Amino acid sequence: MTDLSLTSLRSLPALAWITAAAMGLALVLALIVAPEDADQGISQRIFYIHVPIALTAYFCFGLGALKALLLLWRGEERYDLESYVAIHQGTIFGALTLITGAIWAKASWGVWWTWSSNQLVLFLVLFLFYCAYFMLRFSLDDGPRRARSSAVYALFGVALIPVSFLAIRLAEDFIHPTVFTREGPQMSGSMFATFVVSWAAVTLLAYVLYRVELTGKRLDADLRELREALQ
Amino acid sequence: MTYLADVVALTRKDLRIELRGRDTLPAMLLFVVTALVIFHFAIPDAAGDDAAYGLLWVAIVFTALLGLARAWVPEQEHGVLDGLVLAPCDRSAIWLGKALATLAFLVAAQAVALPAFVLFFEPLGVAALAGVLLADIGICAVGSLLSAMAAAGRARELLLPLLFLPLAIPLVVGGVGAAVSEQAERFLLFLLLYDAVFAVLSWASFEYVVTE
Amino acid sequence: MSWSQEELVAAAYAVVFVFVLVYVAIIAAKLARLQRETAELAALARGKARNEG
Repeated sequence: MTDLSLTSLRSLPALAWITAAAMGLALVLALIVAPEDADQGISQRIFYIHVPIALTAYFCFGLGALKALLLLWRGEERYDLESYVAIHQGTIFGALTLITGAIWAKASWGVWWTWSSNQLVLFLVLFLFYCAYFMLRFSLDDGPRRARSSAVYALFGVALIPVSFLAIRLAEDFIHPTVFTREGPQMSGSMFATFVVSWAAVTLLAYVLYRVELTGKRLDADLRELREALQ
Repeated sequence: MTYLADVVALTRKDLRIELRGRDTLPAMLLFVVTALVIFHFAIPDAAGDDAAYGLLWVAIVFTALLGLARAWVPEQEHGVLDGLVLAPCDRSAIWLGKALATLAFLVAAQAVALPAFVLFFEPLGVAALAGVLLADIGICAVGSLLSAMAAAGRARELLLPLLFLPLAIPLVVGGVGAAVSEQAERFLLFLLLYDAVFAVLSWASFEYVVTE
Repeated sequence: MSWSQEELVAAAYAVVFVFVLVYVAIIAAKLARLQRETAELAALARGKARNEG
């Protein structure tokens, strides 16, 4: 049975409370306290939730790749589940990035989608890539083969991030989408503080959810072992 | 030197199997030419001449998928892959041998497809052809690995395109850019970068994909 | 359907909020299932202890 500190729930409630407080603070700061941007108006406030979610998605994919590397290098089985859950979180946050990004696009430019936002396009490509990750896992039977193939694919994913970004930038040469720009917010001190708080809150949220899901899955595995032992 | 000898032996084995069986390459040839004909009917005139290059790359990618889906079938049909893995050769040599063989098939298919494209649509310059070659390397490097991954599971014909296409996006950008852009060198360098990164990754990680 | 700027900002934050709530619901369902399974296993264990004791 697994008894690793990562799955112990002792620190988790405290972490969850801190996350709740941070989220509450972030919401208040983002929606009420932060000054309104002169150029973009109220729609700029979406920035405080959209960008942290995007950054957190990258973080989750990176964490998944790190666990994958550890699996291939050290061979311990637990890294497979940790990698999988991290990528699962990353994909969810990636989907949220696309959704909040689309809402922001609608608010800024009146369209739900544009090919000119490199970050949105990159997330679309990554989202498709990591959805295929789950298809890969579903089509292989549980075991070291699946764990290793998933790990290799996860590593390909993080390699794809910069390469794709470069490709999207280069593609502007011959694809000319109607270019929308947003005046990057000249971030005042309070705006930056709001962003930092929001980023911290979203990262904490992702980590808490990651730990919760991991614990749940480990419990499942333990119960299955128990059942087999009792029957 | 034995590493290279292993690779050459593996590649020759695949080429010989194909020459005897003759099922994959003719299928790829027929597919790519038919696809080009469909594309003629698929692009409205107003789309502009450059659109044809985009369609060329779509054709190349899907033709490659056809070849890649069959890449490990000879090994599986005869239960040979396990034997190869147990063999004293470096596992990555298996990947390299397979990638080179697939590259040979892809280039052979393109030897017909590219003239057909020039005949039906637009001329192809040196940069465009260099782009095709560089992208072929990337396609075969990554595709051989992914094909082995998918081969171990269910629904492998469905899985391979899903795994492969997101990774093929940068290659398409590189290939079309090399054909269409005035700064084709940037795109060729980019393709070189892709090949370097993903070939090394595939080479290093193949053994993890294929052992139990 | 034309959206006002305020509605869109609210929608963006609401999406995140709803996602967290959905997550809570999924965890609650999982907890219920784990509880059920543990109860089954406890009954099994009791049965075994009775048979052996």
